[in-house]
Amino acid sequence: MTTTTIESRQYVHPEVLASTEWVAANLQNPSVRVIESNEDTLLYPSGHVPGAMHVDWTVDLNDQVRRDYIGRQGFEALMSRIGVTPETTVVIYGDKNNWWACYAFWVFQLFGHTKARVMDGGRLKWQKENRPLTRDVPSYPVASYKAPERHDTPHRAFRDEVLAYLKAGGQLVDVRSPEEYSGARMHMPDYPNEGALRGGHIPGAKSVPWARAINPDDGTFKTAEELRQIYVEDQKLDPTKDVIAYCRIGERSSHTWFALKYLLGFLNVRNYDGSWTEWGNLVRVPIEK
Amino acid sequence: METPKALEEILETLELLPDPADRAQMLIGFADQFRDVPPDVATRPFSVEHQVPQCESEAYAWAVLQTDGTLTLHFAVESPVGVSAKALATILDQGLSGQKPEMIAQVSPDVVFRIFRQNISMGKGIGLMGMVQAVQALAKRAMTR
Repeated sequence: MTTTTIESRQYVHPEVLASTEWVAANLQNPSVRVIESNEDTLLYPSGHVPGAMHVDWTVDLNDQVRRDYIGRQGFEALMSRIGVTPETTVVIYGDKNNWWACYAFWVFQLFGHTKARVMDGGRLKWQKENRPLTRDVPSYPVASYKAPERHDTPHRAFRDEVLAYLKAGGQLVDVRSPEEYSGARMHMPDYPNEGALRGGHIPGAKSVPWARAINPDDGTFKTAEELRQIYVEDQKLDPTKDVIAYCRIGERSSHTWFALKYLLGFLNVRNYDGSWTEWGNLVRVPIEK
Repeated sequence: METPKALEEILETLELLPDPADRAQMLIGFADQFRDVPPDVATRPFSVEHQVPQCESEAYAWAVLQTDGTLTLHFAVESPVGVSAKALATILDQGLSGQKPEMIAQVSPDVVFRIFRQNISMGKGIGLMGMVQAVQALAKRAMTR
């Protein structure tokens, strides 16, 4: 397995990625906290990067009653529990080519924790490189973390905004599978249907399945040149104009949000986390098939 | 629909663990016991005929008919992150190997929800059910021999 260095890939913001080598060299660094965030709940307890804390997207990041994310107090409690201060650099990794790591990264940005990186290649690359895993769950001193109120505007789009945005001809990226985009199915291949009543896509949305940004062999991100070919050259997305990405519940699109915003330097990218489970159930909103 | 006794005992043991963390530990214990398909049954590269459809852990399944008319199940799980698939493979082996094909063929794929409960992830359910369906298909094929 040959992987190009992050530095050689010409990203606009390469500092948001950490290589597995860098993580391995910083496992004892007290100013760095490694975080694992997965879809498969068995993975972290079965073995994780030594010293890594677990952040569960359903339990730790989502509001447990309404469809929303944790608020300021919840975020402060989470960061305190995992021993993170505002000065700590968090490095997030996970399964499924860092899909959930990017989701956690995105939620962290709602609270302005900019000292955050994603481990390039995620859990797959770490394991393929035969790097150490442990079942020892670390504990860190409870940290003091004072967070600002959650600030959604720069990173998050809501349905009324999307409706107005599409009427104005704004750029939308649908990152779901081609079958979901076409309306042939209302859920990911191999996933259960989670309740959309209508299939199709938001009118005008470009179809770019999220995983196109990834090298499947090792889970690393493609080079800036390759990403630019996909999003800018092929799909004619203008990096200087607003872009909204969406998927089914906002998780896959946080991966594309990450690639567009940081790796390609698109100026204003937002994630519509209501996504198709909201849009596909709304009455009288426009849908294309 | 009757569940073979050995499998039922595993299910009942798991159901004694309401805490998802305890259940996860037990499932990981099963994954730790996973044994790769022996070379006298199959060697890499495996035939796609034995690959479990829709399983993202790239699992393979075999059923070897014994002289007493029972089946012995074998699995391979190629993904390094296929912990759930390895756990299920071990449970299916321990719970179903030694049974007649007729008994194995009638085990419902829904058994994965009794096994994993809260520890099943969104994408895993269908792939894991696919492993049970693959075993069902192998058992049905053995019934025709």
